[in-house]
Amino acid sequence: MTATLDAPAPEAGAVPSFQVTLKIRRFLPSDDAIPTFGEPFEAEPRWDEFTVDVHGTDRVLDALHKIKWEQDGSLTFRRSCAHGICGSDAMRINGRNRLACKTLLKDLDPSKPIVVEPIKGLPVVKDLVVDMEPFFASYREIMPFLITTGTEPTKERLQSPKQRERFDDTTKCILCAACTSSCPVFWTDGQYFGPAAIVNAHRFIFDSRDEGGTQRLEILNDKEGVWRCRTTFNCTEACPRGIEVTKAIQEVKRAMITRAF
Amino acid sequence: MSAVADPKAPRASRPGPSRRTTRGNFELYGWVFMRASGVVLVVLIFGHLFVNLMVGDGISAIDFGFVAGKWASPFWQVWDLLMLWLAMLHGTNGVRTIINDYAERDTTRMVLKVALYVATVLVVTLGTLVIFTFDPCPPNSPASLLPSFCTA
Repeated sequence: MTATLDAPAPEAGAVPSFQVTLKIRRFLPSDDAIPTFGEPFEAEPRWDEFTVDVHGTDRVLDALHKIKWEQDGSLTFRRSCAHGICGSDAMRINGRNRLACKTLLKDLDPSKPIVVEPIKGLPVVKDLVVDMEPFFASYREIMPFLITTGTEPTKERLQSPKQRERFDDTTKCILCAACTSSCPVFWTDGQYFGPAAIVNAHRFIFDSRDEGGTQRLEILNDKEGVWRCRTTFNCTEACPRGIEVTKAIQEVKRAMITRAF
Repeated sequence: MSAVADPKAPRASRPGPSRRTTRGNFELYGWVFMRASGVVLVVLIFGHLFVNLMVGDGISAIDFGFVAGKWASPFWQVWDLLMLWLAMLHGTNGVRTIINDYAERDTTRMVLKVALYVATVLVVTLGTLVIFTFDPCPPNSPASLLPSFCTA
């Protein structure tokens, strides 16, 4: 950490401040209309470096804000709640998928430029903003809603704490796409359902109140479903919510095998 | 977990070529086969290595006669046949998976897979044929090409 304090004796309890350089992958799509003939103009991505003064309590998102508000207003990224729950600001920071709002700058070795890129495997719209539609299409396909039969009860659908515990881990997903866009199988072939869709299927498959488990297993038994998982654990490492993603995928596999034999 | 008819999932069209639904248990059986054959192969291969390289005279005992002796017994015929088939199918399925993961263009994938399957069928057929028809002393062969015990 390169602390550059002006005062020789800082106040007790003062937050140290330091300079940090962010190396950000920029992409500006062409404004030209797609030509009738020939190839459409492809804009080239480039790297921009920005140096900002930050505090020891600042996150990558704060640095991005500072750049956008004070240096370059054209820098484009998504963020909504800024507190790690909306899942808008997943990005590739120093080669790892993380939430910019949950990553402290001081934890990233600020002596070197911090590399910020959009998440991989999804088409980049502008700068750090990617098109999430393929990701959400897979999510919709596994039917992420309660499926039941019979008359609707007049009160809550009861469930024991033990039954709730069974799928507790996978209820934590915030759909930030950090896992899916860290998966090498998803990178080479965007057809794979991806970890996030499987995690959200797991959340309903193992819910005692839900009756659509068979259908969800059927959907994920696809050639592009759970069997494409190579258990590289990238998803588990990337998940900002600490979900054991790979374990959830294996549990779905096991449910399919016990159903088939 | 009972089935519900057509739950009407809200769906938007996928950008680009949409995923063809390919349901069926093929990939499931493939996955189970890899695990099962892997376990069996560990036993078969280490058993094979132990019997061929360590028991008795060890590696110096291996010649035409040694192989012919083994394949005279149905036990070793079945052992080697199982080893051949399981190893070939296990390996082929593994390479098929790698091709699916890494070949991005459809034609590349197709060509690689056809080459793979042709090689597999060839090796498995030839191997099976050899296991059941192996003759260390083919009749009417020049004596210089035959192992010593044939002429004895």
